Amino acid sequence: MDLLFKFLVAAVLAGTPLLFGTVGEILSERVGHLNLGVEGMMSIGACAGFMTGYATDNFALAILAAFLGGALSGLIYAVLTVTFFANQNVTGLTLTIFGIGLSNFIGVLMISRSANKTLKLPEAITAQMRGIDLGSLSRLPVVGELLFSYNPFVYLGVAVAIAAGYYLHRTKTGLNVRAIGENPAAADAAGINVTRLKYINIVVGGGICGIGGAYCSMIINSGVWISDNVGGLGWIAVALVIFAGWKPVNAIYGSFVFGALRVLKYYATKSLFPFPNAFYDMLPFLITALVLVISSIRKSNGAHIPASLGFNYFREER
Amino acid sequence: MQKAVKHDPLIHIVKRAEKTRGQILLLRLEAVLISLIAGGVFIFAIGYNPFEIYGTILSGAFRSKMAIQATVKYAIPLTISSLGVTLAFRMKFWNIGAEGQIIAGAICASYFALFHAEWNHWLLIAVMFLAGLVGGGLWGLIPAFFKVKYDTNETLFTLMLNYIALHIVSYLRDGPWKDPGAAGFAKIARFNKNAALDKVFGVHVGWIIALILVAIVYVYLSRTKQGYEISVVGESQETARYAGMNVKRVILRTMFFSGAACGICGMVQATGSDITLTIAVAGGVGFTAIIVAWLSQLNPLVILLVSFLFSVLEKGSGVVQSTYGLSTDCADVLQGIILFFILGCEFFIRYAFTIRQKGGEK
Repeated sequence: MDLLFKFLVAAVLAGTPLLFGTVGEILSERVGHLNLGVEGMMSIGACAGFMTGYATDNFALAILAAFLGGALSGLIYAVLTVTFFANQNVTGLTLTIFGIGLSNFIGVLMISRSANKTLKLPEAITAQMRGIDLGSLSRLPVVGELLFSYNPFVYLGVAVAIAAGYYLHRTKTGLNVRAIGENPAAADAAGINVTRLKYINIVVGGGICGIGGAYCSMIINSGVWISDNVGGLGWIAVALVIFAGWKPVNAIYGSFVFGALRVLKYYATKSLFPFPNAFYDMLPFLITALVLVISSIRKSNGAHIPASLGFNYFREER
Repeated sequence: MQKAVKHDPLIHIVKRAEKTRGQILLLRLEAVLISLIAGGVFIFAIGYNPFEIYGTILSGAFRSKMAIQATVKYAIPLTISSLGVTLAFRMKFWNIGAEGQIIAGAICASYFALFHAEWNHWLLIAVMFLAGLVGGGLWGLIPAFFKVKYDTNETLFTLMLNYIALHIVSYLRDGPWKDPGAAGFAKIARFNKNAALDKVFGVHVGWIIALILVAIVYVYLSRTKQGYEISVVGESQETARYAGMNVKRVILRTMFFSGAACGICGMVQATGSDITLTIAVAGGVGFTAIIVAWLSQLNPLVILLVSFLFSVLEKGSGVVQSTYGLSTDCADVLQGIILFFILGCEFFIRYAFTIRQKGGEK
């Protein structure tokens, strides 16, 4: 049983960066913009967050910087695709290549300028990123460890996902956003400011992705900067959006399921599940591909893709 | 009651008359120039002289015979896979799966390199070439099948297939194809010399394959009935159907060819460049190819030029790394900046901003 708890905790931790990336991408896809730049936005957020944390020792500032870094890169995408009608796939891919490149480049540059040729977050800030301690609550058997012992990112991620879900499904603006995703021309005709909402969603979505990036650079490698620290998680997040059916609240359990898949190979008993490691690594993508195919076969309403996804909207071309 | 709309927005986007080819070319050159300036500002901001860095990139890519060979070597996979992507993109089928199709082709070709290395050299090369072609083609056919049958989103599906292919390689590397003689990390054995592509002028024959493919794809797209069908399906599937074309067949056939070209790229990389199969056999080329294809306006001849320029950037930034200690990621940053500006400039070919006149009630 002990192993099971460890596995669940590891799954939540592995799922957290995915949660940010997924929620950010959902906001963008809900206005019809498939942003393949998640990996790049996360990388830029990772760099901005890490470097700010390194310089200021302030966790809150680091999170803010990661958000701004991601939001700025989202803004590049928004300007090009919303205002300039650039092809979404190409723009997103460019953002990914640019973002990873910029992040690694700055990282290498900072390492070469550091005193001992390595970048490690100082103790003052890592202390702020440890698992929370709610006193006796955190020490409750089982529940304490499973619910009240994570680092602040985890709770922030769940809160952001719930807030995004509330925004999309319980507010008037959210209704407008979903209308844009289905049919921007109709939304425009109904008096919704399509351009403004597209910008807001893409930029804020980018910012949320950026925070997920900060998790990768600040937590995963115990505060030591390495190149390519996002390591493909952004692509898994793109997959997770499908798995979550474009719903932020589903993304919470979705990312923990995918987190579980990512750590499964360390916990699965080989005698019971004699699969090679590569199979576990492949699972998230295999499952997503299946979800994609099955939902397109069934044309199910519960988990359906925003109708205008991938198409730019020019109001005079209706 | 709704509030009355007070006035038009301040900035208004309108369609403009088609520009001439000369004007369009000029606009693109301006965009490249501005992007180089923007890149220069970035280089300056981190404390280096942009002219020196740009100079080093250019001279670095051509400084010796070996450097030129390395530059050409970079351009080979980029050219071939860009051609593959172009076939699908012409049809507005968003094949983001070049990466996976490259890997699929490389896996199939590697099978023969590993287990039939004793065959006659030319027979082996021919079989590997066909294996790469068919492997990549079939991998490309999967999303096309689901697209025509169930309208499955091809962008997302091809993306997933990339990673499925990638992990098939890591499975083969850790399991059935593991080199028992290798110490340390698991890897696949180096191919027998008999299974390696020959060299012509110091570079593996991939460059000749690339040039031939450029010619074939160019003729195919602009001079054949099938190429014409691709353009029509890309413009409007309804029109194509009305004209009596079998749209489903065109999509399936074109995606097979698109994947096949990428598969050939995988075969060339594994047997020409790496002489083994690794998980880095595609190494992001499939993604960069999409950018190259787009920059080239899906024109096979321009692809050759743009791939070469990207390779200069790639090789040159390697020299920048050894000279100035800056990381090679510099190339990705510059590529990104250039493409951002080009993507932005495309807009001005077809649209224009008009600013609202003062007191502009129309």
